[in-house]
Amino acid sequence: MKKNSIKTVVAVGIGAALFFVLGRFVNIPSGIPNTNISVQYAILGMLATMYGPVAGALIGFIGHTLIDLSWGGAPWWSWVLASTAVGAAVGFMGRKLPISEGVFGKKEIIAFAVINVIANVIAWLVIAPVLDIAIYAEPAAKVFAQGAMAAVANSITAVVIGALLCAAYSKTIAGKGTLDAE
Amino acid sequence: MAAKTVLNYLPRRSFVHDLTGTTKLAFFLLFTFAGMLTYDTRVLLGLLGVSLLAFRASRIRVKEIRFMLVFMLVFLLMNNFFVFLFNPNQGTEIYGTRHVLLHLPGRFAVTAEEVFYLFNITLKYFIALPVAILFISATDPSEFAASLSGIGVSYRVGYSVAIALRYIPDIQRDYHSISQAQQARGVELGKKEPLLTRLKNAAGILLPLILSSLARIDVISNAMELRGFGKDKTRTWYRRRPFEKNDYLVLALGAALLAGSIVITFHDGNRFYNPFI
Amino acid sequence: MTTPIISFKDFSFQYRAQKRPTLQEINLAIMPGERILIAGPSGSGKSTLGSCINGLIPFSFPGEVKGELTVDGVDAPRAGIFELSAHVGTVLQDPDGQFIGLTVGEDIAFALENACTPQDEMKEIVARTAKLVEIEDRLESAPHELSGGQKQRVSLAGVMVDQVKVLLFDEPLANLDPAAGKQAIELIDEIQRKTGTTVIIIEHRLEDVLWRSVDRIVLMSEGRIAADMRPDELLSTDLLKAHGIREPLYLTALRYAGVDVTPALRPAQICTLALCEAQKEKVRAWFQAAAAGEKAAPQKPLLEVRHLSFGYAPDRPTLRDVSFSIGKGEMVAIVGRNGAGKSTLSKLICGFETPDDGTMCFDGEDMADMSIRERASRIGYVLQNPNQMISKTMIYDEVALGIRRRGYTEEQIREKVEQTLRICGLYPFRNWPISALSFGQKKRVTIASVLVMGPQMIILDEPTAGQDFQHYTEIMEFLRELNAQGVTVVMITHDMHLMLEYTPRALVFSEGEMIADRSAAQVLCDGILVRRAALKETSLFALAKSCGVDAPEAFVERFIDADREVRTHGG
Repeated sequence: MKKNSIKTVVAVGIGAALFFVLGRFVNIPSGIPNTNISVQYAILGMLATMYGPVAGALIGFIGHTLIDLSWGGAPWWSWVLASTAVGAAVGFMGRKLPISEGVFGKKEIIAFAVINVIANVIAWLVIAPVLDIAIYAEPAAKVFAQGAMAAVANSITAVVIGALLCAAYSKTIAGKGTLDAE
Repeated sequence: MAAKTVLNYLPRRSFVHDLTGTTKLAFFLLFTFAGMLTYDTRVLLGLLGVSLLAFRASRIRVKEIRFMLVFMLVFLLMNNFFVFLFNPNQGTEIYGTRHVLLHLPGRFAVTAEEVFYLFNITLKYFIALPVAILFISATDPSEFAASLSGIGVSYRVGYSVAIALRYIPDIQRDYHSISQAQQARGVELGKKEPLLTRLKNAAGILLPLILSSLARIDVISNAMELRGFGKDKTRTWYRRRPFEKNDYLVLALGAALLAGSIVITFHDGNRFYNPFI
Repeated sequence: MTTPIISFKDFSFQYRAQKRPTLQEINLAIMPGERILIAGPSGSGKSTLGSCINGLIPFSFPGEVKGELTVDGVDAPRAGIFELSAHVGTVLQDPDGQFIGLTVGEDIAFALENACTPQDEMKEIVARTAKLVEIEDRLESAPHELSGGQKQRVSLAGVMVDQVKVLLFDEPLANLDPAAGKQAIELIDEIQRKTGTTVIIIEHRLEDVLWRSVDRIVLMSEGRIAADMRPDELLSTDLLKAHGIREPLYLTALRYAGVDVTPALRPAQICTLALCEAQKEKVRAWFQAAAAGEKAAPQKPLLEVRHLSFGYAPDRPTLRDVSFSIGKGEMVAIVGRNGAGKSTLSKLICGFETPDDGTMCFDGEDMADMSIRERASRIGYVLQNPNQMISKTMIYDEVALGIRRRGYTEEQIREKVEQTLRICGLYPFRNWPISALSFGQKKRVTIASVLVMGPQMIILDEPTAGQDFQHYTEIMEFLRELNAQGVTVVMITHDMHLMLEYTPRALVFSEGEMIADRSAAQVLCDGILVRRAALKETSLFALAKSCGVDAPEAFVERFIDADREVRTHGG
């Protein structure tokens, strides 16, 4: 039990570092001008599934806060909390997916996709815009439009890249189970 | 990019630097919340004053943070533009009156209310800026974990933050060498590729990154356990500094600002200061 | 008689995921204050043995334990990692994984923080321990500002704050250049003398560890103890060779010269080696018996670099005015300490960075306007860590990746991939998942994945890092075969054996400049070059001098030729 808690501490730290590096320095054009694919949500989906809701929430929270701080402003809390919610929601709904046991077949891929879409829709279409309206009194039309874009983009990223990563990772686990001494 | 420059830490001696990390973190949070809750122009201007004074006290020069400043100003400008684009009447809806300053086609008339609203929104973001920059640039990253634990966050979570700061440069370096090796094999993330290919290629770069990161998690957690991390319910901090008089004063100021801002803002039951009626 | 500080009795261990026990019936007693070297090839169980001592087994790597293990009076398999960590300090192989703090001071203090030590006391202990490992003037430095050797000192200090009785080093030389490795061994020796700690070093680089004396060598093989002897005794047997450990080069040379190596010669260290005049004469006679090997004719240049300069920051050049030329079919080593500009050079050649000044030509063609991909079809670049290159789960897909976007038909791709897999000896595994391969096989996959693009030259970053003698030989023989088929091979390396045995020519870099372009034997016999490139003088040089050979460089060349002869025709 104790062992797991240390591992979670480290996973949160490394996960947040990955989230930061990908979110801050990796720019993949999405095709829509001035918007980039946020690959960090694929990693967030994967790590949340592996390490659970608390780790997922913390990775989203710490990673996103660090990104905002590094751009040099106060964190945009509404969106930071949305990232937190993505991690928490994926971690909570996906905690039973057996990636770490090396199982990630069709059924798991579909479950992973559905979970990530739900989590991203909740986060970007509900939490982020509602908080934006509450805190910053921004026009509803604007924040929901932004939220919808983020929800679609991040869902696609999480589902396509996240599932590819999970599938590949689970294969590396499966290979290990049958090892004989070399 | 070095750990210290991830968040642009600028070491020197100043009133702000001498405060403990805990104080700066707590003040930063209190101040940000005060700024988040209020939309009262008078309060915002007051907070802006405090913010600028704090910045002067830090002896950090504007040119050292020019990059951050420019980035945030561009961001604010864009945001104002979008706010206006999506609803040019948000000001009127909030303040209840309509004084047209400039007639534009369609619904895009510029009203005094909208301009005032945009001024407030900008102010609201802007007041947090100096304090945020201060928090980042005047706090030694080594003090972050201890500071978090100082405001009551579990030391395990605090340590996660420390690990993130510690390994960001390593992961960044890994990412670069991985993506260069992939580029040499024709794996591109640029606009020339169709979207789905771009996503698949991204997965190809992320896979080695995440696998090596997962391996790293194992090594680090073993190393930490071998050195007794998590043995006790608490731990001490090599880099924590004791509270001094100024720390208490600054914390009191932060609490007073938050309380004052709440009282002034909400005493009339409205978050907005309305000069139009 | 004192009681052992560590005692294995009929001890066996089997990892949960493996079919057979990794350790079998280990009986071993280590006395307080002893210095023990645990040697053995990869997979021999030597690291597993170490993990049993510090408690990672069975607590972090679960499995089944049989028999008894007592460490400093503690029943190790049942005690837990925290309890054992007060008795055993472990310095892990990966210095970055173990360096957890943001600065040196914090990292040394880590264990003290966890033990809730008051801050004043903590600062005092950190200062004292830092002094012991000679890192006291870097307490404020961040890990990336330190060299590998300095990071290792920090790791050592970090475990020594606990006043442990046993210090365990897991492959301490794996990530260090030869000069830093030498210093590490000296430091371990010094600390052992000062503190009387029991020291256990797990390492397969015997000669490098024996730079300072050890009391006993425990040789592991296939999960069992194959030998447990004093170094002088063990080195007089042929057990090392039989178990895939490289013996010190000066001993190999002695054997070639027909000198019978016995414990009486005190063969454990070159400085204690006591040869009589007759034996020295034998060495000299062997040296003079052979004619100097013919020098290969100079080849037509393939890569020509002229006056190349580059800096990441405008005021600090990483490379200054570098010029050299590499001929078709050559096998060349690029050596120098970390930060000398070697990796930057390969990045410039591959087009990942753009030079500030100078020109590069490949096969007579100016490279200035070539894209990264165009360069990649001429020059393949292989990273040190295969895990950073592999992006697919199946071998076939991984190798095919580089030619997918070239407009070939699926049939042509298959043909090219299969041909490459045959060259690399991977054809039988073409449908395997990569995760089932060993580290060395993965390395081959990465080499295959650049070869498939048809380059005339490949650049490898530390191709042999972290590998034991057998895997080293496999990879290097494979590269030699590729070379024989016409591929020019350039290796960035710290590995002195590699230089001696495989690359006739070495380019030496120091502080952004190329300071020498010589034969590997000349470089390793030149004290100044050796120091500036963070290498170590080869023990063959010392042997030649002590035997009164007047041309030590020629002696080293003679050894290389003889060694190659033995390898190709069997010894």
